[in-house]
Amino acid sequence: MTADHPRPPPRRRLFALGRNELMGLFWQVLVVGTAVGVIAFLWSNTVTNLSARRITTGFAFLGREAGMPIADSLLAYNPRDTYLWAFVVGVGNTLRVAVIGIVLATILGTLIGISRLSANWLLSRLAAVYVETLRDIPLLLQLLFWYVLMQALPAARAAWRPIEGVFLSNRGLILPAIPLGPLQLWVLGTALLGFAVFYLVRRQLIVQQMRDGKPRPAWPFALGLVIVLPAALSLVLGVSWKVEWPELRGFNFVGGLTLAPEYFALLIALVTYTSAFIAEIVRSGIQSVPRGQWDAANALGLRRSFMLRQIILPQALRVIVPPMTSQYLNLTKNSSLAVAIGYQDVVSIANTTLNQTGQAIEAIALIMAVFLTISLSISFFMNWYNARIALVER
Amino acid sequence: MTVIADIPDAPRAARRPQAGNPALRWLRANLFSSIPNGILTIVLLAVVAKGIFSFVQWGIANAVWLTPANDSAACRAVRGVGACWAIIPEKYRFILFGTYPFDEQWRPALSVLLFIALFYLSTRRALWRRELVLVWIGALALISVLMWGGVLGLSFVSQDRWGGLPVTLILATFGLAFGFPLGILVALGRRSKLPAIRSLSVLYVELIRGVPLVSLLFMASVMFPLFMPAGFNIDKLLRAQIAIILFAGAYLAEVIRGGLQAVPRGQYEAADALGLSYWRKHRLIVLPQAIRHVIPPLVNTFIAFFKDTSLVLIIGIFNLLTTAKTAIIDPAWQQFSVEVYIFVAAIYFVFCFAMSRYSRSLEATSGR
Repeated sequence: MTADHPRPPPRRRLFALGRNELMGLFWQVLVVGTAVGVIAFLWSNTVTNLSARRITTGFAFLGREAGMPIADSLLAYNPRDTYLWAFVVGVGNTLRVAVIGIVLATILGTLIGISRLSANWLLSRLAAVYVETLRDIPLLLQLLFWYVLMQALPAARAAWRPIEGVFLSNRGLILPAIPLGPLQLWVLGTALLGFAVFYLVRRQLIVQQMRDGKPRPAWPFALGLVIVLPAALSLVLGVSWKVEWPELRGFNFVGGLTLAPEYFALLIALVTYTSAFIAEIVRSGIQSVPRGQWDAANALGLRRSFMLRQIILPQALRVIVPPMTSQYLNLTKNSSLAVAIGYQDVVSIANTTLNQTGQAIEAIALIMAVFLTISLSISFFMNWYNARIALVER
Repeated sequence: MTVIADIPDAPRAARRPQAGNPALRWLRANLFSSIPNGILTIVLLAVVAKGIFSFVQWGIANAVWLTPANDSAACRAVRGVGACWAIIPEKYRFILFGTYPFDEQWRPALSVLLFIALFYLSTRRALWRRELVLVWIGALALISVLMWGGVLGLSFVSQDRWGGLPVTLILATFGLAFGFPLGILVALGRRSKLPAIRSLSVLYVELIRGVPLVSLLFMASVMFPLFMPAGFNIDKLLRAQIAIILFAGAYLAEVIRGGLQAVPRGQYEAADALGLSYWRKHRLIVLPQAIRHVIPPLVNTFIAFFKDTSLVLIIGIFNLLTTAKTAIIDPAWQQFSVEVYIFVAAIYFVFCFAMSRYSRSLEATSGR
């Protein structure tokens, strides 16, 4: 043995693995084996139980006629449609409450979060009381409470009219609306497309300004793409934008947009509850911006609105966005409490399906698949947005 | 937005040396620092005064506090203008203890007190020692004896007669007591170097956190019987408890994982250099530091979790919220659900508010 090889040759080991690797392998085999064993045990029990109860597995039932009534839905539905369509209608209802809830909760939560930081003692105290109270009472209790209040509202004949054309009664909230037919949707679609194009154009303009320092106003493009173009299209096609005012005829309302009591109660509960959490996130986000940034912006003599928009908010957003994502996910998942008051979201419809067909596994698998998809999409979008606004350190 | 723009101004206004009455000075600085602020204050004051006035009118001045047993006539007379608090003395035993045998209700009442004593002891920092675990085990055993009975001359009360506040506290406490160790294991699994264990842990956490608790509870109530061998059936309460433990485990695992990430690498290396085994390293060195890092978020998770146990209403388990909802099915009292919900909300509020105050005080004193 020469000096170049001072160590003795390694002892022969099982699979030529070290002690740690061997222990690791042992633990993995043990854990995976247990997991597989438990799942196999549950699986075989389930198969036995299902055949004993003569329940066939599989998603074939989705093609059958559902026969369940759905009172309030975004998508057109009648009881002769299939279970599959009933599910889709349920997903539509879930998204309807989740998307609008997220928008409203963000607005309300931001206002309350800012109020908590106000120099006005009374305003900040009130905001604090709002946050503490709503956060410390279970959402389900709040939901039941709102629903009871909705039911205690006067009947349609004696409906409250806080503003002309708006009715609040035990049939829900009725608002004036513009009926949206295919023509109107085309015009709105054009406006949306125009907005997307404007966004790209504005980015290009900023790139050019970076190059030569000449400011290029973006507003003519906004005006043209988002307002003038759709307006022209609307004129050419002769689309009517007449507002439909609801009125009381006989025992019910005709026209306008009706938010059913179940939907309205669920929306209020989700928005007020989530806004309390969002308020805390916004507050901590704004407080995380160092004082020096405020002072520096003040010293430059910047206008308040400019200072907020260009200096404070972009920094606060970095702290705000990740926890906000969890709140959006929570709101979406919490919309499943709809089942307690009979708003037919996807969970409620799956539950009815389960009771009608006995297809428990499939129904629950569908609920889980829907929520996992929604959760993953929201967190994907928010992660993308977060990466976009994150601090790029040089 | 005048409100937000006032942040850096507030101290400036307060710093300005001013003569005169300190109370006036305070008013000036905090309520009337500028004209828009003054208008805002007056508007808010008007709204608050109106709100308090109508609540006092409804809740105190016009309220009915007591009625003869089972007679809601007096309440129906003031419906719409006054609250009917009389429903609370009428129904509180049912709301608090459900259908537990009436003469034995001192047992769940004592259990609730034991739970509260247990929580209180656990918040005392001086008592955070190994003996506390023994106290927990002893108290939980005592509570089981009290609730079930069947020994020491106590009559046996089966689980389906339990209800109300004790059920809420049992679901929450056992959920935490078992969810916490589960969460620690899963958090360790997620940071493990072994790919199979890591992916199983990730799968578990993401699956549970990605779906609503309602669907887990449905699973416990509908699918669990399918999973078990024929003839083997466990109680509905226990099934819900299992779902709640699995749910708590996943959420606590994420909080604990955050704590594990905050422990400096040097601590791991030092433990390795001492030749400690994996489990001893975590038990003696890493976990104590990790958990101390995340005590405030842990308490916040506890609060969220305590509120979430109310969801077992959906699968028909008689927790506090379910008994409240059942109490107002009684036709004579049906119209007075708002009063009952306020009563129950107050109970939940007291528990959660105490926890959140505690979490705040921990954050303030944990100047490490």
